[in-house]
Amino acid sequence: MRVKVDTSKCQGHNRCYALAPELFDVDDLGTAFVLNDGVVPDGLEAKARLAEKNCPEYAIVIED
Amino acid sequence: MADIKDLETYFNEVYGPVADWMTDFDHANPAYNENAHALWDEMRDKCPVAHTTRYGGTWLPVTHEYVSEIAYDTDRFTSRSVVVSRMKPSLAPDMPPAPIGTAPPISSDPPFHHDARRVMLPAFAPKKIAAWEGDVRALCNELLDSVAGQEVIDAAVDYAQHIPVNVIARMLGFPLEDSDLFRKFVHDVLEGVDEPVHVRQPKFDRLFDYISVQIEEHQANPREDLTSFLLNATIYDQPLSMRHVAGSIVLLLLAGIDTTWSAIGSSIWHLATTPADRERLVREPELMPTAIEEFLRAYAPVTMARLVKEDIDFHGCPMKAEDWVLLPFPAANRDPKEFADADKVIIDREENRHSAFGLGIHRCMGSNLARLELTIAVEEFLKRYPNFELSDTAGVKWSNGQIRGPRKLPVRILPNK
Repeated sequence: MRVKVDTSKCQGHNRCYALAPELFDVDDLGTAFVLNDGVVPDGLEAKARLAEKNCPEYAIVIED
Repeated sequence: MADIKDLETYFNEVYGPVADWMTDFDHANPAYNENAHALWDEMRDKCPVAHTTRYGGTWLPVTHEYVSEIAYDTDRFTSRSVVVSRMKPSLAPDMPPAPIGTAPPISSDPPFHHDARRVMLPAFAPKKIAAWEGDVRALCNELLDSVAGQEVIDAAVDYAQHIPVNVIARMLGFPLEDSDLFRKFVHDVLEGVDEPVHVRQPKFDRLFDYISVQIEEHQANPREDLTSFLLNATIYDQPLSMRHVAGSIVLLLLAGIDTTWSAIGSSIWHLATTPADRERLVREPELMPTAIEEFLRAYAPVTMARLVKEDIDFHGCPMKAEDWVLLPFPAANRDPKEFADADKVIIDREENRHSAFGLGIHRCMGSNLARLELTIAVEEFLKRYPNFELSDTAGVKWSNGQIRGPRKLPVRILPNK
């Protein structure tokens, strides 16, 4: 599984970083970016989905 | 503040009683916030864009689809003023023009908005804000200590209202003893919306006069706080104008106060009136993060506003230039098309794309701080008082205007079960 942040949609709500800090970080402006090139380590798939389901801007994209 | 009965009489004298909430609503009438959830449900079924001629013409879309569409549409809607009042820009010659507006960046439009926001965002990044946790926890405990032993406490007056005021005063480097004044400014700007321009404008002038004094004091004694940060900040390689600095300070001072205070109060109101949720949260404190997000969804305090730039047809609504449009994120959060069981508070809700902090480019800059204050305030209250109830249901008073939350919240402390 891979995750992506659509930076044209991300407005810095920081939900992904709060819910899955193993997968996402945020820069000084609060904009999210993926860690590990977006590759979701085994066992963290549920956290990736949780981040996707809690982004108010629909900015997290999951590629199975 | 006058009590609700007086306010109702007052509003009826100013504008006449609300004849029909779908076609003649008044968001500043005390009955609006008291009955908001039922009113939005009814509007969603019947309208879903309510209208009133009050305030010079105001629209109220209540679906998630329409609220987000307008939040994202900065071409047809301007943020030049985000508080619906009788003070429309064309009636208020002192109001600074777009794209900067009175209190950048909340009052700004693209492209200036982006650059003004970039200046301030680093001060509110999650890692910067996390450093305040210890101070906020100590403050909450001091407030709880000050009413320790009382059988009845007012969770809004004795507790919630002090938390954000104290924190923002420290962040700005303003005198803590001016807290009452800050709450008065908040009341003037956000609740005094029905007043005519000649009454409202001088209140803004007094607010800016106060800010000017604080700015001068910081120019003489620079220090590590947000006021000095703004005085040193640059935009387009130039220092911010004094008008920009003062406007941004007005935003910082006002935007975090009654909003966060309302969110804390509404969460405590929910826990006082829903023993099953309160007992579960005490038993399973690991649910706090989802519970907080659910309180933010179900009791989102903030409705923003826009002005229509030019005459448009919005899904059949003939919106005229300079009409107000309210953006009730709290109503969007209760739209059953966007949320399963939208009308139920589910403290372990897993999927929660609520828009309590807005959507699009104007997402609340202070959302990390607000979440921190709200989480700690609820945690510390529950730790101290795991068992409580409303002491007087009729004694609960809700705010009026665009920020919704309890302003009086008497709770009786009960023995721990």
